Amino acid sequence: MDVAKELLKGTILAGARAIRWLDDGDPRGARSLAEIFPHTGKAHIIGITGPPGAGKSTLVNALISEQRRRGRRVGVIAIDPSSPFTGGAILGDRVRMGKHTLDPDVFIRSIGTRGQAGGLARSTHDACLILDAMGYDLVLVETVGVGQDEIDVVALAHTTVIVGVPGLGDEIQAVKAGLMEAGDLFVINKADRDGYEDTYRQFELMLHLRAESKALSSEHWSPPLLRAVAVKDEGIAEIVDAIDQHKAMLQHTGEFGLRSAQREREQALTLTCTEIMRSIRRNADPAILSAVEKREMDPYRASQLLIQNWQKDPDI
Amino acid sequence: MTNTHQRPLRILLAKLGMDTHTVGITIIAHALREAGMEVIFTGLKQTPEMVAAAAIQEDVDVVGISTLSAGHTRNLPKLARLLREAGAGDKLLLAGGVIPEEDRPLLEEAGVDRTFTMGSDTRDIVAYLNEWWAQQLAADA
Ligand code: B12
Ligand SMILES: Nc1nc2c(ncn2[C@@H]2O[C@H](COP(=O)(O)OP(=O)(O)O)[C@@H](O)[C@H]2O)c(=O)[nH]1
Ligand SMILES: [Mg+2]
Repeated sequence: MDVAKELLKGTILAGARAIRWLDDGDPRGARSLAEIFPHTGKAHIIGITGPPGAGKSTLVNALISEQRRRGRRVGVIAIDPSSPFTGGAILGDRVRMGKHTLDPDVFIRSIGTRGQAGGLARSTHDACLILDAMGYDLVLVETVGVGQDEIDVVALAHTTVIVGVPGLGDEIQAVKAGLMEAGDLFVINKADRDGYEDTYRQFELMLHLRAESKALSSEHWSPPLLRAVAVKDEGIAEIVDAIDQHKAMLQHTGEFGLRSAQREREQALTLTCTEIMRSIRRNADPAILSAVEKREMDPYRASQLLIQNWQKDPDI
Repeated sequence: MTNTHQRPLRILLAKLGMDTHTVGITIIAHALREAGMEVIFTGLKQTPEMVAAAAIQEDVDVVGISTLSAGHTRNLPKLARLLREAGAGDKLLLAGGVIPEEDRPLLEEAGVDRTFTMGSDTRDIVAYLNEWWAQQLAADA
């Protein structure tokens, strides 16, 4: 099977295999990606983030239904944490999306973080490109949901949806710390629960502060605050409307292409940094490191020497 | 360019039909995760069609079915056939749970590679998978 050619035709077996290669760091993945890359840049990448248990997977399930009703083909990447000790993972987001398994126009893929911090897996970006090349109109990316530092998705997605829920005190703190500034759309899920009004007001206040800030506000977009009961499909059409409006705004201002371009540029730099780091670690002179261990050389001096040595023979 | 290979085994675990015995599959899922494998859990009440479709989307190496409420002589052969027809017949197919000895030849004939029934030690299951995976990786290298 010519994986790149087949996945461009939309063959699921081929797309699934390409993602596997890229996730595993198999060189065949990079070779396939080279072939399909010119055909990417069309799909709308939508990030869904928020604390664990907020109902992200349930919401994604409902969003898929609504997007399908609007005739769009949907790709999903659902990320769950890998164990930092064993590398293993239990990836369970699909459980909430079971009703779409047999829809040939929905592709759902579970990915483990495999040691990557920031809420995404290293291969998330690549997986988005594959789904894009397969012709999915949009890709929903569900992040791990760790909170504070989960902002990587913002750099990846055209549109970032932040999901909050009633009754999580410190969850608000997490939102304050960065996501509040980054989100394009805010959804308070589990609006059927006690405490919904309080949470709504807290979000409203923070969005108000954001609107007041020159650095954080935009003349083209003010992030809407929406309510949802994902388990009952309530509020879902309104969310998709808002997502569509955000996309229309991005296209109108030219930011859609700009964000995609910036993402690919950053990916090129990230890959470069990763390779260089690996090469430096691989080639580090054990004698220098052991001198540091024995406190005969300080880490700064050692670092200078390691870089000098590496520059003479980069091996990359 | 040097690529660091990192290739954990991926396995899909599911239950078919109305079988709601969840203890065994949960234990297996945790044991495999502790052994460094990626376990994709699709939940209960799956049909063979759903399991085959999910296995392909997830590009798993192994499909594991836990079955304790009969029906295995019908739905496991069907799953094996669907996987073959979809071009995914190379995936290892395992079953566990309550599977009478006399059903095994039929299942093996139909394409179930191995069964682990009540009382199986999870360490043996892990060892079996590790060995199979090592062979796959060696054959691929
Ligand atoms: C606990 C139990 C229940 C609980 C389940 C609770 C739950 N959430 O899981 C409840 C009370 C709800 C229940 C209900 C029923 N049960 Co019940 N239940 C049992 C019982 C006593 C133990 C099952 C168990 O949890 N074992 C412990 C786990 C760890 O063992 P395990 O699942 O076999 O898993 C091990 C291996 O099989 C293997 N394995 C399992 N799955 C997999 C998957 C893979 C990929 C691999 C590699 C290995 C593997 O690894 C595990 C570790 O060793 C069994 C009796 C028995 N001897 O099995 C009956 C039993 C399974 N139940 C039975 C029946 C009939 C029922 C009911 C229909 C009605 C009834 N008579 O009670 C309902 C139907 C439920 C339904 N819709 O499916 C029968 C099934 C008969 C059959 N298959 O022909 C059994 C065998 C009892 C009997 N002797 O009659 N049950
Ligand atoms: N009451 C209520 N529960 C919900 C709602 N949405 C999701 N849930 C439940 O919240 C739990 C976690 O959902 P899940 O989608 O797995 O959350 P995730 O960890 O953010 O992906 C599940 O038990 C869902 O059924 C909702 O709108 N209202
Ligand atoms: Mg989830």
